[in-house]
Amino acid sequence: MKKIFNSIACVSVIASLAVGCNKSISNRTAGLPALTTDNNDLNAGGWKPVLLSRPDSFSVAAPAATNSPAYLADLNEIKSLQQNISKDQQNSIKYWAAGSTLRWNEIMRGLVAKYNLPTVTNSNGTYPAPSSTNPLAYPLFPFTNPPYAARAYAYVSAAQYDALIACWYFKTKYNQAAPYKIDSSVGAKFISKTDLPSYPSEAAVLAGVTAEMMKLLFPDEIANIQQTAIQAEQATIASGAATRSAVVAGEALGRQVAELFIARARGDHAGTAGGTQTDWTNFQTIALNLGQIPWYSLEIPQRPPMLPLFYKVKPFLFDSAAISSFRPGPPPTTNSPELMKDADEAYTYIKNPSRDQIGIVEFWADGVGTYSPPGHWNAIAADDFVKQNWSEVRMARNFALLNMAEMDVAIVCWDIKYFYFSPRPTQMEPRIKTLTGIPNFPSYVSGHSCFSGAASAFLSYLLPENAARYQAMAVQAGMSRLISGIHYRIDVETGLTVGQNVGSYAVARAQADGAN
Amino acid sequence: MKHKQILKPLIAIFAAVLIGSHVQAQLPDDAIMLGKKQLCTGFTYMNSQWKDYWEGTLKRTNLNMGTVSTQSVMFMSVYGISDKLNVLTSVPYVWTHATAGTLSGLAGFQDFELDLKWEALTKKIGKSTVSLFAVGGFSTPMSKYEADFQPMSIGLGSTNISYRITGDYQRGIFFATLSGAYVWRSNIKIDRTSYYTTELHNTNAVQMPNVFNGNLNVGIRKKNLVAEAVLMNMTTLGGFDIRRNDMPFASNRMVSTSIGAHAKYFIPFVTNLEVAGGYDYVINGRDIRLPRSRNVGKSQTFTVGIYYILSFKNNKN
Repeated sequence: MKKIFNSIACVSVIASLAVGCNKSISNRTAGLPALTTDNNDLNAGGWKPVLLSRPDSFSVAAPAATNSPAYLADLNEIKSLQQNISKDQQNSIKYWAAGSTLRWNEIMRGLVAKYNLPTVTNSNGTYPAPSSTNPLAYPLFPFTNPPYAARAYAYVSAAQYDALIACWYFKTKYNQAAPYKIDSSVGAKFISKTDLPSYPSEAAVLAGVTAEMMKLLFPDEIANIQQTAIQAEQATIASGAATRSAVVAGEALGRQVAELFIARARGDHAGTAGGTQTDWTNFQTIALNLGQIPWYSLEIPQRPPMLPLFYKVKPFLFDSAAISSFRPGPPPTTNSPELMKDADEAYTYIKNPSRDQIGIVEFWADGVGTYSPPGHWNAIAADDFVKQNWSEVRMARNFALLNMAEMDVAIVCWDIKYFYFSPRPTQMEPRIKTLTGIPNFPSYVSGHSCFSGAASAFLSYLLPENAARYQAMAVQAGMSRLISGIHYRIDVETGLTVGQNVGSYAVARAQADGAN
Repeated sequence: MKHKQILKPLIAIFAAVLIGSHVQAQLPDDAIMLGKKQLCTGFTYMNSQWKDYWEGTLKRTNLNMGTVSTQSVMFMSVYGISDKLNVLTSVPYVWTHATAGTLSGLAGFQDFELDLKWEALTKKIGKSTVSLFAVGGFSTPMSKYEADFQPMSIGLGSTNISYRITGDYQRGIFFATLSGAYVWRSNIKIDRTSYYTTELHNTNAVQMPNVFNGNLNVGIRKKNLVAEAVLMNMTTLGGFDIRRNDMPFASNRMVSTSIGAHAKYFIPFVTNLEVAGGYDYVINGRDIRLPRSRNVGKSQTFTVGIYYILSFKNNKN
């Protein structure tokens, strides 16, 4: 009997321990320390912008003198905020203090994951298309598939970069120190002190430019992002880093710069990238006329191909005329033994997948409901970028270069995919079952490989100490598509090369933008 | 970029493992005990499949999945430490399959489970007998199977600790059993470093909501036969809904109510052999004034089992 009670006591102890366990989880960037920059990049006003013709294209009025009543009123606002900082406000300041560029990048990744859902079929077997003119009705606009996501990251990052160039230009021009340097009774709360001039506020520039870009990219999110922007601005004021006036000036500057990018985006041909039934049929006809088995959708019912005219979108790093110059030679013809051999290889991998293989596939899947492959490379980059102690403007510059490369490689990759219109392995060898969803577009070349090749090429240049790791990750990302059964080896290997070629344009721009 | 799906593992994990497949003798949630030094051991085969599923509370089908099935063979053993205390273990091998679309099925050993079942109280009141049981359970994955490929994954990957209270009322051959369990589930780690629930999480750790399991069994219990109607409910105490046309995820909010019939028969002519079988199907709980089903498959589940009972007792007395 004693034994019985011991057993019961034992189970109860284990059980109560378990219930007592704290199951809360936290993001790996939740506890980042306040950004402490090694170099304030005071010359960044002279760096080469993406669209701005001059750093002072948009004027920013001179700040009020630090002994003026207006400035003193601003200081009083900070002091009163600092008198009663609630726990929530502290957390908000700490969150943003790790770096606004980083935080907005994370927020963007969250939005892409939120909107990365393909539409449900209509009862008649057709698929509704999201509409930017009716974004709040189902299907919600946008559908952040990989090309859309790549473009969204690029526009936001590039606009943030240009806006910060202008911000830095006016910071050095007006050279007004941070409030905590002007008045010793203002604290630097949960932030690192810096000699970087504080007017206009870089946090507010980023809040303004990002919130404005949302009007184009995520129209359902305008209200939410506006709230987030206000929090970011409130945090920078309460921290003592900037005055209300510096925030107002910064936000206005950011919004003006965003308008340049919005105007470009409205004319970059992405809006018509979905194509029409005529376009879809045309791709098939061309392939059939060449004696090839055309790609067809493996979804039931068949879904129109994903953004088939995305190859017409205007790139950032090179002229549209150069897009086709990245195009590799054709894949093996669909009636060749070579192609069947390639399909067999995919089948061999998928027949009895190892646990490691499945893990690699899921790690890189980046499919429905995720921040997509470009988002994954932003996450990889962000984890390394935060260790560099870069200024906000350098952080934005590096995200901009990464994301312009990702968008441009999406354009190039889509050009290749729709030029060759080649079938997926499963279409040629139906025994192939897959360890992730089959993307709804042609096979050659692999999108993951393109994105990964471009990202690793640029990141390897930027952080050469990590180059071997980035290149290994790119190869693994590409190979994950072969070992999950959704690509041939040639799609992967060729895609990686295409990606590297596009990535080299980001490297060339980085070498010449004045930031080195 | 397609496939939707539903919680198959629901069945796999909760029906087969946490609840036990219910049918055979001496389960964590029934009111039957083995005597001291008796051992009951055998195999249960389960086949569970669904075509419709609930995406949140929206019932739908998915042509890119067709019918999704989970099958398992479970080796189970129960041993009577004493007449009042039994130890139960089970080892399931599980495999999944979808009849349409391209998604690959998975297979492997799922979660080992151990329960200690204590008959705390038995009281005769007139012609009736009332019993009370307390059960403590523990289950944990036997392999590092992939839990982040729902609904093709064979399980959810968490380590679970459960406490169960069961009450039983018997009068003549008629009985009713009411059982409820609170299941604490550990967090799990997935291969991805980021995932979206109602917000983006930049971590590979997934917070798993705890679970309530309940069942009501009513039927007849004779020397050689138990036949019963069964109402089961599984409700996660938290979690999130599958979004429109998204993939299911291990930490979804799941509510599932099923009704079914189970029987087991102790074959009189073949010494010590017992066979069991059962059928359950998932209903929308709202139809019987229970919470509506969500984020689970509308499964129908067949189970069959065969068990052998041994006694190590000294029969001299």
